[in-house]
Amino acid sequence: MTTKALSKEFEAIVGAENVLTQESDLHSYAYDAAVLPSQSPAIAVRPTTREALGKVVKLCNDNALPLTIRGAGTNLSGGTIPKAGGVVALTGALDKILEINEADLYAVVEPGVVTAKFAAEVAKLGLFYPPDPGSQAVSTLGGNVAENAGGLRGLKYGVTKDYVMGLSFFDVNGELIKTGSRTVKCVTGYNLAGLMVASEGTLGVFDTITLKLVPPPKAAKAMMAVFDSVIAACEAVAAIIAAKIVPATLEFLDNFTIRTVENFRHAGLPVEAEALLLIEVDGHPAMVEEDAAKVEAICKEHKAKSVRVAKDAAERNAVWQARRDALPALARVRPTTVLEDATVPRSKIPAMMAILEEIAKKYQLTIGTFGHAGDGNLHPTILTDKRDTHEWERVEKAIDEIFERALALGGTLSGEHGIGMAKSKYLVQETSRGTIAFSRKMKKAIDPKNILNPDKIIGAEGKNG
Amino acid sequence: MADLKRLVGMMQELDDQLVTCMRCGMCQAVCPLFAQTGREADVARGKLALLDGLTHEMLKDPLGVNERLNRCLLCGTCEANCPSGVKVLDIFLKARAIMTGYLGLPPAQKAIFRGLLANPKLFNTLLGIGAKFQGLFTKPVDDMLGSSCARFNSPLIGDRHFKRLAARPFHKIVAKLDEPRQQGGRKVAFFVGCVLDKVFPEVAEAALVALKRNGVAVFLPENQACCGIPAISGGDVKTFEKLIAQNLEVFAGGDFDHLLTACATCTSTIRKVWKSMARKPELAEAVARLADKTMDVSQYLVDVVGVKPAALKAGAPSVTYHDPCHLKNSLGITAQPRTVIAAAGYALKEMTDAGTCCGCGGSFNLKHYELSKTIGGRKADNVVASGAGLVATSCPACMLQLTDMLSQKGAKIPVKHVLQLYASGA
Repeated sequence: MTTKALSKEFEAIVGAENVLTQESDLHSYAYDAAVLPSQSPAIAVRPTTREALGKVVKLCNDNALPLTIRGAGTNLSGGTIPKAGGVVALTGALDKILEINEADLYAVVEPGVVTAKFAAEVAKLGLFYPPDPGSQAVSTLGGNVAENAGGLRGLKYGVTKDYVMGLSFFDVNGELIKTGSRTVKCVTGYNLAGLMVASEGTLGVFDTITLKLVPPPKAAKAMMAVFDSVIAACEAVAAIIAAKIVPATLEFLDNFTIRTVENFRHAGLPVEAEALLLIEVDGHPAMVEEDAAKVEAICKEHKAKSVRVAKDAAERNAVWQARRDALPALARVRPTTVLEDATVPRSKIPAMMAILEEIAKKYQLTIGTFGHAGDGNLHPTILTDKRDTHEWERVEKAIDEIFERALALGGTLSGEHGIGMAKSKYLVQETSRGTIAFSRKMKKAIDPKNILNPDKIIGAEGKNG
Repeated sequence: MADLKRLVGMMQELDDQLVTCMRCGMCQAVCPLFAQTGREADVARGKLALLDGLTHEMLKDPLGVNERLNRCLLCGTCEANCPSGVKVLDIFLKARAIMTGYLGLPPAQKAIFRGLLANPKLFNTLLGIGAKFQGLFTKPVDDMLGSSCARFNSPLIGDRHFKRLAARPFHKIVAKLDEPRQQGGRKVAFFVGCVLDKVFPEVAEAALVALKRNGVAVFLPENQACCGIPAISGGDVKTFEKLIAQNLEVFAGGDFDHLLTACATCTSTIRKVWKSMARKPELAEAVARLADKTMDVSQYLVDVVGVKPAALKAGAPSVTYHDPCHLKNSLGITAQPRTVIAAAGYALKEMTDAGTCCGCGGSFNLKHYELSKTIGGRKADNVVASGAGLVATSCPACMLQLTDMLSQKGAKIPVKHVLQLYASGA
């Protein structure tokens, strides 16, 4: 079928105003937040009902059209970049919160609900949805589940997968598949919900998502600890965990990031410090007091030059402002910002930091590192200019080496950004040829025509082992 | 259409600025237009990607890009919230100028910008005639808001509830002023602006009252021209530079510490856009000198004169304040107008989303009225929900939009400029 004939078919499903075929509209769905080349789809559609979304999936399959589902397009690994000649389906209009159940502590949502809006609605009822990816102000819950998004609270509260109780999704024929339940316990059938989490749109298309809610902590206390060496800071992190304290957030900023943030905000950060730890403990007020005092003491025992405990909301905000400023401040240094998320076991952070320093020197690059010290999920951020082809070659080599070395430390390619297109070539290094062959067989059985976000995660057929 | 290569060549100057967008997409959270349409081409990231696509020869349809580039309120909320500090407005205005240079100015805009706007005397005469006859075509709908609607089906007016042109424009009330500076005292120049002059002369009068009360001498030269924002938003650099040159000339002879305006858009245009968009080297120095002296009247009253909030009396009338984008986003001015409201003896009742665009966006309102109305309708709902007796703001364009939106909802809530409250007191 020609594009014109196809767009008529899509129009019949979603309405003419929700089918986009002009070059300028299509080009605006050609990219996401990953530093990768753009690729426009042939058609973009914006279903306004879930039923229409199911029909879109079937129409794509009937015509063997590659289909990429797009929420807010904030993906950092190219997972939302469509295939040439393919279809992009936008979930933005599927943004209803269908139910928030206070008795059974769950919510049912459509895939296009924005994470922060959902968290705010839940909070209004006195409940808590903890996953807080950096893009939560715009990211969608469908995208969060498809990527298994993390965030600052991962250490204590877990990541998106820990909150997915159930799903309904469309298979390639537009059939509705149901998995999981509204109950805490459920062992009915295969754990397909588990399979769908982090599947990056390659196995099915979400219809509704059932998410777990928890009671919010009654109190929280934030503090900032200043260290002369990265190793001392990491030892403090290990000691906090060894003392059986699990902070809600335990964030790390390296010296370059500290200096850049200070230059940006002028909030009086210690620019000579080699590392900053930003720590927040939460829970019952009495426990928070006790934990905060212990954490302060532990940091001091581990040669913290100073520990500043926030006394009120304004001081707590100032602590977190420094963390929120990390990426914006770094992003302004050079035109191109490459944000990575190689993750290592917590105890290996000092080794990884030394490696990053070595890599920055070896390839003559500027790398600022911040991230989630509590869970070993660092964000080495390469500041560069992709137009400088010589430098860009060094950036690509540096990225290769970052992954290689993180894996050698027993780490993983991606803590929270996904594999997408950017990291599929490294997948075999962390897993095995057999793993990729197994994944391919599964994908082929579920999606014989390979229409669902092709080439993501496992790469194109014939590549990656 | 001219050769696409030529356009690509012209776009190259934007490349260094375009590359700073890291496509994070955070602008989706704050764009008032995107909130309505959900279309990526309506939000800054999408538009920047389209401009980048043209610059790197990935796109072949400059008309399509231009159409989407112009679907923007230029409210600057994206820029004010951009994590990587992309100069969105600067890029968009430059891109519009490049596009207009390449595609040419549409005939209607050409007639308005070059025939009318660039000739202030003719502009004044024509609108003066219009003001006398407007009653034939329109009828009042809301006495409190002073709004009118069309008597007959009119394509230009549509279903708008608009403020009529003032019977006497400000330049007929106060033609010129050059008050002597008191011993060691302050003196400012006052830039009136088109909407104040022709629709809200009472606001300009209020500004003069406010300055007089604080012993500030005023220099108000005659033959002031438009600040140029309609022209430069339409990509017409030629008219824009002509208007700047005219304004520089009329203000050149004055002795003053600051140039004040009571229009948020005029303030941000003179202070920021003049500097970035007036490229003629012979203008640059004079532009920089005047631009750096330019302030909003409330900002001047609070930051320079030192106006302080008055003690709140029991039963003080309540007012809610709408932040004009061109003060909040472009210049970061939010506290000073609120201080002036408090100094006037009013009780401020904040509305939800006070800093969200009213949806006017200058010519956006003319070209995309339905969208403008949806965005403005939410603003009107927030004004009503605040429970305040009136709504104040610092921009006459916002006043026009708020009047239309509140009038259409039948809300009997007067719209005032902050300076009107200050001049008359609670």
